[in-house]
Amino acid sequence: MTKLIINGRNVEVTSGPDTPLLWVARDELKLTGAKFGCGAAQCGACTMFADGQPVRSCITPVSAVAGQKITTPEGLEGKVAAAVRAAWQKHDVAQCGYCQSGQIMAAVALLTGKPAPDAPAINEAMSPYLCRCATYARIRTAINSAADALRA
Amino acid sequence: MFTSPIGHLIAKSPDPVLNRRGFLLVSAAAAGSGLALGIMVPGNGGAARAATAGTDTAVFNPFVRITPDNKVIVISKHLDKGQGAATGLATLVAEELDADWAQMQVEFAPANVALYANSAFGVQGTGGSSAIANSYLQYRKAGAAARAMLVSAAAAKWGVPAAGITVSKGSVTDGTNTATLGDLAEAASKRSVPAEPVLKDAKDFVFIGKSFPRLDSKAKTTAQPVFTQDVHLPDMVTAVVARSPRFGGKVTSFDTAAAKKIAGVVDVVQIPQGVAVLATSTWAAIQGREVLKVTWDDSAAEMRSTAALVTDYKKLAGTTGASVRKVGNAAAGLATAVKTIDAEFVFPFLAHAPMEPLNCVMQLKDAACTVWTGSQLQTVDQNITAAILGLRPEDVAINTLWAGGSFGRRGVYNSDYIAETAALVKAYGKPVPVKIVWTREDDIKGGYYRPMVVHHVKAGVTADGTIAGWQHRIVTQSIMAGTAFEAMAVKDGIDGTSIEGAGDSPYAIPNCEVELHSPKSGVPPLWWRSVGHSHTAYVMESVIDELATLAGKDPVEFRLGLLEKHPRHQGVLKLAAEKAGWGKAAAAPGVGRGVAVHESFNSFVAQVADVRIVDGKPKVDRVVCAVDCGVAVNPDNIAAQMQGGIGYGLGAILHSKITLKDGLVEQSNFDGYQVLRFDEMPEVDVYIVPSAEAPTGVGEPGVPPIGPAVSNAIAALTGKRIRELPFDLHKFEAARET
Repeated sequence: MTKLIINGRNVEVTSGPDTPLLWVARDELKLTGAKFGCGAAQCGACTMFADGQPVRSCITPVSAVAGQKITTPEGLEGKVAAAVRAAWQKHDVAQCGYCQSGQIMAAVALLTGKPAPDAPAINEAMSPYLCRCATYARIRTAINSAADALRA
Repeated sequence: MFTSPIGHLIAKSPDPVLNRRGFLLVSAAAAGSGLALGIMVPGNGGAARAATAGTDTAVFNPFVRITPDNKVIVISKHLDKGQGAATGLATLVAEELDADWAQMQVEFAPANVALYANSAFGVQGTGGSSAIANSYLQYRKAGAAARAMLVSAAAAKWGVPAAGITVSKGSVTDGTNTATLGDLAEAASKRSVPAEPVLKDAKDFVFIGKSFPRLDSKAKTTAQPVFTQDVHLPDMVTAVVARSPRFGGKVTSFDTAAAKKIAGVVDVVQIPQGVAVLATSTWAAIQGREVLKVTWDDSAAEMRSTAALVTDYKKLAGTTGASVRKVGNAAAGLATAVKTIDAEFVFPFLAHAPMEPLNCVMQLKDAACTVWTGSQLQTVDQNITAAILGLRPEDVAINTLWAGGSFGRRGVYNSDYIAETAALVKAYGKPVPVKIVWTREDDIKGGYYRPMVVHHVKAGVTADGTIAGWQHRIVTQSIMAGTAFEAMAVKDGIDGTSIEGAGDSPYAIPNCEVELHSPKSGVPPLWWRSVGHSHTAYVMESVIDELATLAGKDPVEFRLGLLEKHPRHQGVLKLAAEKAGWGKAAAAPGVGRGVAVHESFNSFVAQVADVRIVDGKPKVDRVVCAVDCGVAVNPDNIAAQMQGGIGYGLGAILHSKITLKDGLVEQSNFDGYQVLRFDEMPEVDVYIVPSAEAPTGVGEPGVPPIGPAVSNAIAALTGKRIRELPFDLHKFEAARET
């Protein structure tokens, strides 16, 4: 049994301690917002927050985050998250949408730490996140748009 | 009630009454969220019953339903895998119905070829950038018929002439009385169906040609469970399959002992495709497969390496192939050339690598099968599943779900990943839902690639700068031969998808001969976003560009001169050139500018790329893209597809390759199979040619021109012509400073 604080709730999970956080969330807790894309920390679709920091949940053993505050895409809330989601919708960023949970987590992490990121900062933050529909240009637009909205 | 913007979560109900209707619909919101989240709960008591389609919606035709609470539900016969087809079809209905966009919703159609065939294929399926093209009149007529029935119902209800009734933004009125579409829906659905509903004149369009937001945006940005990967059903088991590491290998023997010791593994079962490990969770199944011991019989397997295949293909390219095109005499023409090119192009196998790895959920219970997956060829998938399970096709219900990408991979002539699920359901023999999950490694190593291709072109120009002759040989596996699509796609031994874009090039080339060799290999090939155009455009546009250079002519002017009978090619080429400032302002120092124009899937696209060399690698700064796809149903989605197509094509051209070593695929994940990343995405400006022609596709046509446009830009910058892909195989030097 591992104790987790996930999206503000205390839960005990029965998956083994080595089970990646991603599969604990998806299969045991039925929190499917974070996606399985590569299983090897190469695409970012599985991104969650652990104590506010983005983690690749597909390679993070659940035991490694016991007691930490986990946020999945379902549990993402607050001013920055709302601005990011609104910008994503305004600019119709999503195509297939499968990676967008991870992209949104990454954008929220970026704007939380850096409210006015310049282009190199956006590149650095977002390049680890793959999108096969190549919605990258709209992701950039939406991040800038969300940053503007948050400053307004 | 349909409280979600997309009522896509469809589960077959055990209730026989509901079964006759086909589905039980549960909205994402109704199913809850957070820790209690569970989508698709068959027989979910009262809540689910309240959400059934059959009890409260007015059915106007197979494409349009309207609920009493005023939602218009458009039934999409096409899979939406990101390309925006669902929103496009809803736009067509909204237009003729005069609905309000806020009331529009979309659901995927059940598998029913009689109602939902793609008129381009004759079967129900999505591909060839055909969704809007083949649905344009059908969905408009469906909307217009529903509108006429609503007006008729209002006239009867109010006792006024139908002629005095107007509909606008979902509001029906005669000036005195007013009703919503939902108010009138039930009565309207019982009115007689107009035989030939009157369609709007284009000048009256209020939806078509505007950009209404995607209907799936909200669900996809709020972590809703819309994908097959998100399906969880009671008693469901999850499986991963150990498949032969070599294409064509068979299981000799396997030892299940270690796998069965993994907590959560419930069974290990052999199927024709390999050995499946079934478990109560995905991770347990993956762990089980890790320790599963299988020995493989490679006696019929493909054992060659890429190097050997390239050698074989090049050898073939030196011999006469099947004649695709013969105009004049290429050899005689080339003899008059003063400058010639003798170029060999090599294209690698490419995986589609959609972000959502393949998956399928299937349940066989009481001699009926239910499938949940992002089905792209529903008729084929239904028939093949039925055959494997010994059922009639109508006993196989397919719930098509939003797909996390496809690029062709989810529509397979032999339904590979769905057939394998059916085989497993049969072998496992329990009436519970079985979910097959492919890992990324399974996807990258799993075949069904864009086939490897070698092109050999000899071409030349005369002293006056015109093309003297063109001899062109293409060597590639046939995608269609041996499949159910062979009769449609293969004529006189020529697979149209091997030569499209080259054998039918619009350029006025005298003395032109194109030939094809179609060698076999053990690697299963498949259509990959833009299919044959993914390589033919590169060759045609590279060679034409080089001939322009040899002729001392401007690449745009040279092309325009060869396209005099093709005004739509000329139109996009001129538009892209104009918007890019071609010929007016020189590209900035260190920047090379290249152009390409190509028609695919009846759409015309030209692109101008600005490229620099940074740290020995090409960096594409900007792409100006002009597209002519007939009537622009949703301009913003057209722009999105051009941007996405450019990014998809650019990633492949720069980085992607699948290679074999002694028959084993050398790549396994995104570290070895590299694709475009965020910081490599160019700025893309899209311009749409205004047109009244029937709409054509946009999902694929953005892909073909980007490779040659970038390649031509690099040639302009460095003098180097890249003929072996991807670009990562080459070293680049910074621009020659002048």
